[in-house]
This record gives sequence, structure tokens and C-alpha cells, in this order.
Amino acid sequence: MITSAGDARPNPWLSWPYVRDNWGDISEALGQHVGLTLQAVLVATAIALPLAVLAHLRPRLAGAILGVSGALYTVPSLALFALVYPFLLDARLSVLIGLVMYALLVLVRNVLVGLQGVPEEVRDAARGLGYRRLRMLLTVELPHATPAVVAGLRLATVTTVALVTIGVVVGYGGLGQLLFRGFQSDYHAEIMTATLLCVALALVADVALRVLGHLVTPWLRTQGAR
Amino acid sequence: MNGTVNGTVIPTVSGTADRTSVVGDAITWLNDPFNWTGQSGVPSRLVEHLGMSALAVLLAAAVALPVGIYLGHVRRGGGLAVVLANASRALPTLALLLIFASTAIGFGNRATVLAAAVFAIPPILTNAYTGVLGVDPDVRDAAHAMGMTPMRSLLRMELPLAVPLVAAGLRTATVQVIATVPLAALVGGGGLGPIIVSGFANRRFGQVLAGAVLVAGLCLVAEAVLAVAQRAVTPVGLRAPRRGRAGAAAPAPGA
Repeated sequence: MITSAGDARPNPWLSWPYVRDNWGDISEALGQHVGLTLQAVLVATAIALPLAVLAHLRPRLAGAILGVSGALYTVPSLALFALVYPFLLDARLSVLIGLVMYALLVLVRNVLVGLQGVPEEVRDAARGLGYRRLRMLLTVELPHATPAVVAGLRLATVTTVALVTIGVVVGYGGLGQLLFRGFQSDYHAEIMTATLLCVALALVADVALRVLGHLVTPWLRTQGAR
Repeated sequence: MNGTVNGTVIPTVSGTADRTSVVGDAITWLNDPFNWTGQSGVPSRLVEHLGMSALAVLLAAAVALPVGIYLGHVRRGGGLAVVLANASRALPTLALLLIFASTAIGFGNRATVLAAAVFAIPPILTNAYTGVLGVDPDVRDAAHAMGMTPMRSLLRMELPLAVPLVAAGLRTATVQVIATVPLAALVGGGGLGPIIVSGFANRRFGQVLAGAVLVAGLCLVAEAVLAVAQRAVTPVGLRAPRRGRAGAAAPAPGA
């Protein structure tokens, strides 16, 4: 590699010694990142499923729920963290609430689309077999919506992994803290390492959820569906 | 753990700030004439914010529209659109911004505009591609039968029919860019973002809240205005039926 003449010290973008010497810092940031992502997606799922079911059962509410969530989704994460932090004065909680909200919106929309995508013939068949509303929901509609739920989970998780970095505004951004510190001290290796870890984390989570989706929908496997 | 912005330490442990007065402080900040005049006043910051956003969208459109329209016209490259969209979700905007800001591009507004433009490419490209691809093959056949060259068919038949989706892509991208530009504050740039970030740095949470309200409000207004604009540029025959005269615009479909 040829460095330009004016460079006093090498500042490579990729540096194994950096990773080796700072593994403590890196793993702490990575742990913070993974923890925030997991918690946010789990909480969001726990809220999104009942909310989507409610919107599905009461179509009058669907418009309002989707409208409000669409408007909230427009608010930038930086502003959202800044809206919440002054009241909580707790960095982790502020970031978590923001992340939960964004994941929630993605999830509600996907679950609702999945529930509404159940073919009318299938519902008719269930009704003909004497299924009540609740039983149809639990044994026909929700299983049918599983691929859409998994797709929503994948999208929400990948988005959340990237959004965690914005937490630097309140000083709790997981790998974002490394990114920002690297920028401030002009340490290229730190920026690139954190970037690659973020992307890798998103990809690993995506593949894991895809495998999970495959495992929980055995009925789709034999048909060689998408 | 402490974060630092522009060299100032932001303590993140509960401090001395009185949280009950935050809303009052925010209202005071918003009513202070000092904050509405001069170089660092809200109006000039807003103009800078919108200028940066417009530049980023223009840059992205200059790249994404021709490519997306071409790929849709020749009916190839669908995989590229999907890969672009997925890759842009996995890569944090902040990461690309800080990488740009650490290189010869330099920090501040230039790095921000470039980073925002990169992330605006996938929605514009995907929508332009889908829009042109989705034109009824019968329409293309008819154009061909009438002796139109492929170029003329594209310009006179396919593009007008693709306008709703192209406009939807531009709208999604624009709102996203306006929401991304505040990150400029982290790399020493301008726009509305520094109100929030410098508020954090000085523990003036009223100012933080005021800045957040301004940024969030700007994004909501932009979304609403663009929804109207999208409708206006859509050929009358392609418009969805209007629900009510005063009906607010529906939110953008998840792109």
C-alpha cells in the first residue's frame, strides 16, 4: 500500500492489531448493541402482535393505527431520542423506547398485511367447519400470516441494528459509540471495525430469522415456496 | 459512559436538570426572538437544512432515475434493486457519514449531503424500476405497432404511466433525506440538527426538546406537502379516488 507523502503516521482502515488490543472495548459495545436490539425487537413484538390483531378484528381501528404509526415513522430517530431523553434523563431507556417504536411500526404493518392476506375461501372453509372468531384467528389466520410476521421481524431487526448507532446523541449507541469516537480521534480502523461489525450483526440476525421462519413453517417447505 | 460532541462532554447519568421545567424551557426557547434571527436562527437553519436536502435528493435522482428507468425499460436488473435496498438497510447511515467525514470529502455539510444522497438512491431506483417495469405490455405493443421507436415509447407512453411510482419514490427519498440531514450536527455541519446536539452538549434540555419538535414537525409537514405534490403530478386517470375533500394524505406505503 502506498501512503501519500504528507502522512505522518499510517492510519489504515483495516487493522488487526486495533481489534486485538481493543477487544475489551469492542466486545462491550457489541454487547450493548446486541442487548438493545434484542430487547427492542422482543418488546416491539410483544406489543405489535396484539395491536395488529386488534386492528384486524376491528377494521375501523386499522386506519387510525396505521395512520398514527406512519406519521411516527416519519419522525427522525435523532429527534425521537431527543424528544424522550429530557423527560427520562436515562440514555439506555430513551434509546430503547425509540427503537421499540420504530420496530413496532414495521411489525404492526407486516402482521396486519399477513392477517388480511388470508384468502376469503380459507376463512369460508373455517367458518363452514364451525370455527369461531378466536379459533379461526389462532389456528387459521395467525399461522397463515407467519411468513409475513417473519418478514416483518427480519426488516425490524435489520433496521434496529442500524438505528442503535444514532444512540450516540444521548451517549448510548452501542457500536455507534466506537464509530463516533473513531471519527473524533481520526482513527480509521475504529470506524471501519464498528461499521463492519454493524453490517455483520445485521446479516447474522437476518439469516438467523430466516432459518427460524423456515423452521416454524414446515407446511411451506414441501411446496418449495419462496 | 460519556459521549462527546464537538469536544464537549455529554454526561448521560441523571444530572441536575429539572425535568418538570423542560417543556416550559422549550416553549421559552421557541419564543425567544434571539433564536429566530441571524445566522444561527431557526429560519436560516431551516433554509440551510432544506437546501442540503434538495441537493442530496437531486444528486440521488440524477443517479437513480436514469438507471432505474433504463433497467425497467429493458426489463432486467431486478436483483440489483433488491440487493441495493437490503444493503442500504444493513449499513448504518451514521457509519457511512462518519467514513465520508474522515476522508478527503471533509466533514460538515458535504459529507452529510453525500451520505444522505447514497441512502436516497435505493427508494428512487426501486420505484422507478418497478414503475416502468409495471407498464402493461399491451401498451408497449401498441406503441410499437404505431411505429414508435423504443425511445419514443419510453418517453411518451411508459414514463407517464410510471409517474405515480416514480413520484412515490422521490417522496419517500425526500422525507428520508430531510430526516437524515440532522445527523450533520455530529460531523460539524449545519441545518436544524445542531440545535438538538448543542442542546445536549450544554445540558439545555428545553433547547433539545425545541429542536426535536422543529425537526419532527418539518418531517411531518414535508411528508404532507409531498403527498399533495405526488397527487398533483399524477395524471388524472391514474389517481386513486379521493375519499373526502379535506381528507389528509395517506402515509407513504412501506417502500
